[in-house]
Amino acid sequence: MQQLSYFELIGFGPNGWGWALLTATGMTIAVAICGFLAGSVVGTFVAWGKIGGNVVIRSFADGYTTVLRGIPDLLVIYLFYFGGSAALGAIGSLFGAQGFIGVPAFVTGALAIGIVSGAYQAEVFRGAYQVVSRGEIEAARSVGMHRWLMFRRIIAPQVLRYAIPGLGNTWQLVLKESALISVTGLVELLRQSHIAAGSTRRPFDFYITAAILYLFITWVSTYLFQRAETHSMRGMRRAS
Amino acid sequence: MSNGVASLSTPLASAEAAAAVSVANLRKSFGNLEVLKGVSLSAREGDVISILGASGSGKSTMLRCINMLEVPDSGEIRIGGETIGLRQSRKGMMPADQRQVDRIRSRVAMVFQSFNLWSHLTILENVIEAPIHVQKRPRHECIAEAMELLNKVGIADKRNQYPSHLSGGQQQRAAIARALAMHPKVMLFDEPTSALDPELVGEVLRVMRSLAEEGRTMLVVTHEMGFARDVSNRVVFLHKGVVEEEGPPAEVFGAPKSERFKQFISSHR
Amino acid sequence: MDFAFMRDSFVTLLGGVPLTLNLAFMSVSLGAILAMLLALMRMSGFKVLDWPAQAYVFVFRGTPLLVQIFLIYYGLGQFRPTLQEWGLWTFFREPYWCAVLALTLNTAAYASEIIRGGLQSVPHNQVEAARACGMSGFLLFRRIVFPIAVRQALPAYGSEIILMVKATSLASIITMMEVTGLAAKLISQSFRAVEVFVVAGLIYLILNFIITRIIMAIEWWLSPHLRRPPAIEPRLEAAHV
Repeated sequence: MQQLSYFELIGFGPNGWGWALLTATGMTIAVAICGFLAGSVVGTFVAWGKIGGNVVIRSFADGYTTVLRGIPDLLVIYLFYFGGSAALGAIGSLFGAQGFIGVPAFVTGALAIGIVSGAYQAEVFRGAYQVVSRGEIEAARSVGMHRWLMFRRIIAPQVLRYAIPGLGNTWQLVLKESALISVTGLVELLRQSHIAAGSTRRPFDFYITAAILYLFITWVSTYLFQRAETHSMRGMRRAS
Repeated sequence: MSNGVASLSTPLASAEAAAAVSVANLRKSFGNLEVLKGVSLSAREGDVISILGASGSGKSTMLRCINMLEVPDSGEIRIGGETIGLRQSRKGMMPADQRQVDRIRSRVAMVFQSFNLWSHLTILENVIEAPIHVQKRPRHECIAEAMELLNKVGIADKRNQYPSHLSGGQQQRAAIARALAMHPKVMLFDEPTSALDPELVGEVLRVMRSLAEEGRTMLVVTHEMGFARDVSNRVVFLHKGVVEEEGPPAEVFGAPKSERFKQFISSHR
Repeated sequence: MDFAFMRDSFVTLLGGVPLTLNLAFMSVSLGAILAMLLALMRMSGFKVLDWPAQAYVFVFRGTPLLVQIFLIYYGLGQFRPTLQEWGLWTFFREPYWCAVLALTLNTAAYASEIIRGGLQSVPHNQVEAARACGMSGFLLFRRIVFPIAVRQALPAYGSEIILMVKATSLASIITMMEVTGLAAKLISQSFRAVEVFVVAGLIYLILNFIITRIIMAIEWWLSPHLRRPPAIEPRLEAAHV
């Protein structure tokens, strides 16, 4: 059997894995975006708890970020994957179902990423909130803005713009973390490369391709976040 | 449009009803430090009151209490005949009705020492923000009025710039336009020129003087003796949380009764 | 929650702690040497040195660690005959060495940026002052630049070490039975994900707490200028009066 060249291997020809890799890349991006957005929701609430909560809420929020930043992400993924199926299994057995019920890997993956990145995003949001000038908040109060209006019109837009660099870093973390979801069998980029490597016995070629594709996503998203930052910082004086 | 005109057309029976702002027996402590020890003050429509005092005399705290940025421990605040309701809570005094506070605040405009323009909005957006979103007035009307106000304070050409691109004097004039856009019954100025370079003080004082001439009710915490003497019709001198001297500027500057006020004047000459 | 089960799990998982710490220690210390080298390359001012270091950092920070681990452990298998010829196969055959290599290469990329930040934070006037005293070259670096940079970089380096302790968990995917590896095995045997998770998480938190404390102690020890000035002894003061 003649060995395929590298480009035949990863190309879009009859023996190529091109489409499979491309679809898997899409899956990586999809799960990363869903996880990131879930993390934004979690992070907003946790940051809110840290800033405005009472002692109990604040210590819960602090505990959450400390724990989630102190334990390996892989453990969290295992918890959601195995724990989720166990919980579903228990519910299923109530309705007469038997045996192992798998939770959709996409859902567990996105949730696990959301929970982990929520801890990081909470810190990003909190840091950004602290940069918002107290005087501007006071000015908003002094014109009679109620809490929600003030949050929507004055605080949120400013927090978001100060948070963009930190969110960019968190996004890169999330993107790389999404590779860990391959352990649950979700066919994202790394999993697909693993499958292709196994069936062609060309592991290096596929893993290096995966690495290049990850680098490409990183590179594009770095560019996009930089654009967003320059755009949102219009009118702001640079600390230089 | 101006409140002075509106109130003139309304027949006012008593002097009590004409008080735009009155503060009675205001007390406020921060921890163990009692900053206000029973301050009373009343401003009628069209009054321009300069509030003088050394730092720590409680003058800024009093101003902030009128706008409920600080909640007094006791005492009464009446604005346009409406008493701000307070209630006791575990953490101290609280406004009884937050909606009342928001409503009153939108009628009592504050100009801050450090301008506090919203940095993510342009100058024009700063001016129309509260009229549109707090007072729910139509956008086109707010923009038209904002343009007039920016013209009046002399920075109409800066309307599409962000606050950080303006000089301190221009920012403070924009902040005054923002305050005016709320159609306030009362304007509070908290050391409006203290953060400015000396050469920029004049342009802000000029705008304030023209507002006084229009008959606006103003309470001005300031160190500008010239403004207190020439523009205001009443001067209040606070010392250690109490009103130490009070009266028309000619009277208090001409023949100060209190020894401390004499010292204060001579040190601010 | 089954506390007897959790106690047993705790004992089982403790067995993985030495390997976890071993991997972390090896990769952090080897990575620090490589990181130093990379930082100096980046600050050398020579494009031929700066550019490869920059590319290295970009590649290793821009790709997932797990991809790097797979690339080394599985990927290099594609070149097995060549590696055997060179006598390197015994090294790349071992998951332990592959994990150490991948973790080392990975942390070096992050740490080199931390070190570079520390070196760049050394105030120029302090370097000038040292030059004015006649210091230069290695003496200047050893006595002035390096101590200041280390203090500056230590907090960030501390976080990087914690991240590395967490990262060692990925070695479990290539069969290393450290804490996470044992935990995964335990979960798949017992199906008690929550209990095992709590115990394993606790172990990592304890490890990271201890490491944080050690780093804080080093920081304190290295920064006498930030400590509270010693109280003047009362007797001495009395003597002045």
